[in-house]
Amino acid sequence: MSAATMTAPDKAPDQQRGQVAGTSDDVRIGLRGNLRHIGALARRNVMQIKQDPGSMIDAMLMPIIFTLLFVYVFGGAVGGSLGGNRDVYTNYVIPGLLAMGGLNIAMSVGTGINDDFSKGVMDRFRTMPIARSSVLVAKLIVEGGRMLVSSTILLLVAFIIGFDLKTGPLELLAAAGLALAFGTSLTWIFMLLGLSMKTPQAVQGIGFLILMPLQFGSSVFAPTGTMPGWLQAFTDYNPLSNLADAVRALLNGEGAVADPVLATLAWSVGITVVIAPLAVRKFRTKV
Amino acid sequence: MVKHYGTTKALDGVDLDVKEGTVLGVLGPNGAGKTTLVRCLSTLVEPDSGSARVAGFDVRRQPRQLRRAIGLTGQYASVDEKLSGWENLYMIGRLLDLPRRAARKRADDMLERFSLTEAAKRPAAQYSGGMRRRLDLAASMIGNPQVLYLDEPTTGLDPRTRNEVWEEVRRMVGDGATVLLTTQYMEEAEQLANELTVIDRGQVIAGGQVADLKAKVGGRTLQIRPADPEQLHRMVGAVAQAGLEGVAGARADEAEGLVSVPIVSDEQLTALVGLLSQRGFTISSIDTHLPSLDEVFLAITGRKTSDAEQDQDETKLEEVAA
Repeated sequence: MSAATMTAPDKAPDQQRGQVAGTSDDVRIGLRGNLRHIGALARRNVMQIKQDPGSMIDAMLMPIIFTLLFVYVFGGAVGGSLGGNRDVYTNYVIPGLLAMGGLNIAMSVGTGINDDFSKGVMDRFRTMPIARSSVLVAKLIVEGGRMLVSSTILLLVAFIIGFDLKTGPLELLAAAGLALAFGTSLTWIFMLLGLSMKTPQAVQGIGFLILMPLQFGSSVFAPTGTMPGWLQAFTDYNPLSNLADAVRALLNGEGAVADPVLATLAWSVGITVVIAPLAVRKFRTKV
Repeated sequence: MVKHYGTTKALDGVDLDVKEGTVLGVLGPNGAGKTTLVRCLSTLVEPDSGSARVAGFDVRRQPRQLRRAIGLTGQYASVDEKLSGWENLYMIGRLLDLPRRAARKRADDMLERFSLTEAAKRPAAQYSGGMRRRLDLAASMIGNPQVLYLDEPTTGLDPRTRNEVWEEVRRMVGDGATVLLTTQYMEEAEQLANELTVIDRGQVIAGGQVADLKAKVGGRTLQIRPADPEQLHRMVGAVAQAGLEGVAGARADEAEGLVSVPIVSDEQLTALVGLLSQRGFTISSIDTHLPSLDEVFLAITGRKTSDAEQDQDETKLEEVAA
């Protein structure tokens, strides 16, 4: 057992020292302090995007490309089997794509955070008198903003190519909000992955392994009725199906609303409650 | 303080004591445990055992209070490279609970103090190595920390930039900060530190006032080049026989054609030169240099740094492989 000491004065040698940072014994940071810190860190994340506008390209172009591809490649064929034409499929797939948007952004968070958090600036944050969770929460908020931008672009394109909102703006907002809530909870998962993996490439590899089955083994792109039983068993419990069904019910005004909405909320809360503390813990102890 | 990584003993019982308002230099080769020590003392990693009080706070039990009292400048600049210098400092100010206006002013002031005003709006990624290090120091100073950790602050910097950093560190100490400085360079320790602790393989192997340690090591090394290389060994003999007080251990470096003599004072230097001229030697060049880390280690422990040993081991392995 040995010790290291840095003798501190009983009183500050000059009045100014320590006054800026505050040397009070009050350990708790408090809500206002936390919000201030999160604000300052969110500003950092926004400035990073401003400095590198290319990082917004995926959030802006993905919804456009996905919408055009799916509507025009599969629209005619799948729409026909749905007992209609391409327009029927447009109204089917747009809610699915809205549900899926958060997933893609969440994955990019995983790779980004892995890169960002290997930088020295994280050491500085972790030696500062701030709650360590605030670094992650700030990131989450900015990524939520990115999801909103992405959803807005998706809906704009959707309306241009003939998406028919059968309910009203309130339902539209509710659907976007639900997608955001789920996307945010997924972001925690990818944050944890990003903090646990050694390289951004590894995060991306694992991310795709998780993403592909979730996206395609769901009701996002096509109704699950024609799928084999074992796959249906999977799609029924796939939270992305729940979300897609919920959004579809909200926008198209048909089918049960309450069940898929509640299931989605339950998934979102469940994932956040379990994963968020793990991610914060990982960040705290990351060497 | 003890910290093991697997079977590697990064810190194997290190004892330190730094007096308020002074600089403690921690000198050691790569892998000696310097960075681990700083990371333990700055709450980045928890030591396996041992205790430390910094600014009156226990590192393990009061990490939050401690974080209010410290500033850290690592070997790798801990600033956000995508942000401008000003944005970096403003962010740190806000994180330290300065009101907006005060944080803005503090950022402006610090940029000016560290001669970065002109680069204020440029992303830190475009800064030179020295500018980035200065920005890093500025960021560490925003909160006027009582205790400042500088982990190899000049490693990888050119001599001019290194002098700028030294200048700033002196100023901080002048303002009353207590500094823990880790370095691989004897010269840096001599320039900045009041006291010095030499560590290797996670253990303290020597410590004390810089002057005492220097005396132990021999202070400076005088290198004399005879005009006639043939006279190398006669010159060594002459120095050895002269019996000057405190001068011992002259040796010939045949590869370089130099005579190396450890000395501790300017008087010895003058006396030696006078002696050699009396004996009719012609000197073509004369130079003094501070002992390198390797020489310090050799003098203290009688063996080379583990770094150098490792190099030798590697060389052996290569020979075997060949």
